[in-house]
Amino acid sequence: MEKKIYLDNAATTKTRPEVVEAMLPYFTELYGNPSSVYEFAAQNKKAVDDARGIIAKALGGENAEIYFTAGGTESDNWAIKAAVDAYADKGNHIITSKIEHHAILHTCEYLEKHGVEVTYVDVDENGVLKLDQLEKAIRPTTILISVMFANNEIGTMQPIKEIGEIAKKHNILFHTDAVQAFGQVPINVDDLNIDMLSASAHKLNGPKGIGFLYIRKGLKLRSYIHGGAQERQRRAGTENVPAIVGFGKAVQIAIDTMKERCDKEIKLRNLFMKRVLEEIPFVRVNGDKTRRLPNNANFSFQFIEGESLLIMLDMKNICASSGSACTSGSLDPSHVLLAIGLPHEIAHGSLRLTVNHENTDAEINYTIDQIKEIVDKLRKMSPLYEDFMKKK
Amino acid sequence: MYTEKVMDHFTNPRNVGEIENASGVGTVGNAKCGDIMRIYLDINDGIINDVKFKTFGCGAAVATSSMATELVKGKTVQSALEITNKAVMEALDGLPPVKVHCSLLAEEAIHAALWDYAEKQGIQIEGLVKPKSDIHEDEEEVVY
Repeated sequence: MEKKIYLDNAATTKTRPEVVEAMLPYFTELYGNPSSVYEFAAQNKKAVDDARGIIAKALGGENAEIYFTAGGTESDNWAIKAAVDAYADKGNHIITSKIEHHAILHTCEYLEKHGVEVTYVDVDENGVLKLDQLEKAIRPTTILISVMFANNEIGTMQPIKEIGEIAKKHNILFHTDAVQAFGQVPINVDDLNIDMLSASAHKLNGPKGIGFLYIRKGLKLRSYIHGGAQERQRRAGTENVPAIVGFGKAVQIAIDTMKERCDKEIKLRNLFMKRVLEEIPFVRVNGDKTRRLPNNANFSFQFIEGESLLIMLDMKNICASSGSACTSGSLDPSHVLLAIGLPHEIAHGSLRLTVNHENTDAEINYTIDQIKEIVDKLRKMSPLYEDFMKKK
Repeated sequence: MYTEKVMDHFTNPRNVGEIENASGVGTVGNAKCGDIMRIYLDINDGIINDVKFKTFGCGAAVATSSMATELVKGKTVQSALEITNKAVMEALDGLPPVKVHCSLLAEEAIHAALWDYAEKQGIQIEGLVKPKSDIHEDEEEVVY
């Protein structure tokens, strides 16, 4: 197949043409600064407010609770660091999970060096948070629980409603990193007792470099980026108007098309699961089988290493991702795969495929055919496979 | 990310396989770090007649194994011993900095196979020290 097959939608997505079209006037025609007083700029202020309204509605929140940021990472940093700052009187303890995105984990590790105490709660073999452990970890000084809505690697969705209830019962703030879930699954911040939520546009066919933090009304959270009075004085800097407009458009489309889009993604994802498990020996599915993002398939192929697999797929014009050390830039494989209990060598052989609504059955079938051939080739040169077969 | 030569040796690796009753076999690396290399040598009258390898690892690990086997094939034990990881890297037109350890692993794998040969023969090879089984011990952790 000459055409590229893009199966890495958890990394980023294609910006929809309608989104780009909506953004374009805000570069060359409606380029005013929303903070200016003249009529020309008022249109920009309205465009930003409209986008904010679309997002607030999608979450069941209010416009004044949506704060635009430069992306999910900034939102995560802001939520945690500002909560630590604002609630220092109450305590200095945070609870999070072992499988958070690095935007959360490395922020927590940084804060630990500055006197903050952090408990990293375990997940089970499917990546589901251990709720009993979460509740046991709560102390009088606990100010924040931060647990991701859905995992970026293995697609497992957390029991967010239950976590929200636990947080509420103990009067603790609840933040969720919903970067992978927002636009993929329905989210209502009131039903789920969410106090803060991070999301990003480029994961839902919007532009890169724009995200938001939902902050429930009444929270004491203060500014993280200091400067002008933008975003109700909580996030300074001239608004990225074209990106915000694109974000609003992308969210609108994501909400309008959610049902049919997700049905299609689940069908494609299940095709992956079925054929790979039936046709390739010594393979396992990572992540929860049912409590799972619609677009995510994650496998571990025993006896082979993920980067080799990715490069060989790339040569067939197939884009995918792996949790092997070689792709993480460190010696350790993905912390998520280790947290669900995989031995290192099996974690190194992981492959993540995240589909989108534009993928076809033919693309998936072709990809599986290629994976079969590549896995076979790599196993033939693997000393681990040799040892295993000799022992048999 | 990789040079053309690395890609060539990764996609068409030379000397993949096993040698039955090999004169020396060396396995280095560990599954924890995601790379294991095994090298088989067939040595006659001090000359490496044949060499095969098996590698579990990334593209660079496979390519360095392949190139290392090419470099030692037909050589005397003594000149095989002189092949360094730098020579392997140069022959591949370079490796990304994070992959340099793969070339060290290849050098170590050759040494491990020679060490095994020497032990089996009950001889000592001048200049050969007992190889480390793992080359990751001294690497630093990143601090956030």
